[in-house]
Amino acid sequence: MTKEACKQIVLDIIAEIAPDEDLSDVKSEIKLRDQLELDSMDFLDIVMELRKKHGIEVPEDDYPQLESLDSCANYLIPKFEAVNA
Amino acid sequence: MINSRIVITGIGLTAPNGNNLAEYRKNLVDGIANIQNLDMRYMGKVHAGVCNFDTSKYQKKKEVRNGTRAGSVAIYCSREALADSKIDWQSVDKSRVGIYIGTTEHGNVETENEVFNISQYNYDTKFWTHHHNPRTVANNPAGEVSMNMKITGPHYTIGAACAAGNAGLIQGLQMLRLNEVDIAFAGGVSESIHTFGIFAGFKSQGALAQHEDPNKASRPFDKSRNGIVVSEGGCIYTLERLEDAQARGANIIAEIVGYHLNSDAKDAVHPDSDRQSECMHSALKKADLKPENIDIVSAHATATTQGDIQECKAINKVFENCPTTYINNTKSYIGHSMGAAGALELAGNIPSFNDNIVHPSINIDELDEQCNIANLVINQPKKLSRIDTILNNSFGMLGINSALIIKRFTDT
Repeated sequence: MTKEACKQIVLDIIAEIAPDEDLSDVKSEIKLRDQLELDSMDFLDIVMELRKKHGIEVPEDDYPQLESLDSCANYLIPKFEAVNA
Repeated sequence: MINSRIVITGIGLTAPNGNNLAEYRKNLVDGIANIQNLDMRYMGKVHAGVCNFDTSKYQKKKEVRNGTRAGSVAIYCSREALADSKIDWQSVDKSRVGIYIGTTEHGNVETENEVFNISQYNYDTKFWTHHHNPRTVANNPAGEVSMNMKITGPHYTIGAACAAGNAGLIQGLQMLRLNEVDIAFAGGVSESIHTFGIFAGFKSQGALAQHEDPNKASRPFDKSRNGIVVSEGGCIYTLERLEDAQARGANIIAEIVGYHLNSDAKDAVHPDSDRQSECMHSALKKADLKPENIDIVSAHATATTQGDIQECKAINKVFENCPTTYINNTKSYIGHSMGAAGALELAGNIPSFNDNIVHPSINIDELDEQCNIANLVINQPKKLSRIDTILNNSFGMLGINSALIIKRFTDT
């Protein structure tokens, strides 16, 4: 899986859970909460959608790994690869 | 302050046949019902009253997604009531505003949805949403209004079965008289068409309406009535003390002059006409009015066999010698909007202060002899020379009864 593909999966989830947000210019290196109106419940939604749609578990201690698209990609790609192996 | 006169200065509503008072009133006077067939989970086709207000008018999409239908109804109605009141919202101390919303039930919809959701995952509860608790706490609809409108005064719901709309208004009135708040958003809401359990419960009770034409399914007082049409809806009023409303030059729509709540203390579902008539008498006493002073009795009229008969007995007992008192109902148009019913049905009658028309009970092809009460307005509107007073009945399960009396406002 490429980084771009992983980021797009995360963006698709955000589009679903935060439908008012403009996602056309989200910066990969900037914290999602610094550029989008996302709260703690929204991050739990992201975790839930990863679980439901992709069978990926994100333990609570790892939630900080989801703070930006770049960190999401770094953290999630091995998990996607493990699930798809 | 404890004796302050309490007035209605704004009305916001959504009903199956109208998303504002003017549209709703026109359809009531024109005899236009709006009941649909829904494909209900586990049940198949059921009749239901569905509202089509624009949720995006006052909420972001995310708020709609994360919140509840009852919350969206409550926000729409409260915002519309505020707009109708023309209160200068920017200058209002939001800590002096209260939200008092009647509900028949809350949480069934969200719980059923989550049980269905985890059924898709072999009932593994790790797929149960973290939104469940904020959605299902009993104060949810009022709390969503608080967050949406940035109101920091008290907010809560009043659980009073199908008397809840009246109960919400009574709570708002009382809190104004106690000087707890300066403005009350009060009334009732319902999201009940989104829970199969309500429909299935009524069906098992033999009290769910069925008709080949959904618009004829809700037929209170008709001999062939066969139960309730469940509906969603909401109606919220802006209430103020008269002195405050006058000080800001408000348009005063009506005055709440009397109310009463009591209990049958007898049976979970079967109503008691003695307690119902007692409730109406007590409301009249508080209003310092006699039965003959009431121009319209807005009947609860659920279209269940026993419910209608018991209410007609109660109305007969109170108004038997009142030749100028007319009786109608609104459920024949919109079905039973549960927690919203009392507030919505009252609202449908309020424009009669201006047009002097009593909207009729529709869908009566053959009047049940046991519902043959004097001056029941049937199928055609009745024009009167003047309408000054309305008594609004709302009754509910577990034997809760309410009657609310409003009057055309006069500054005397």
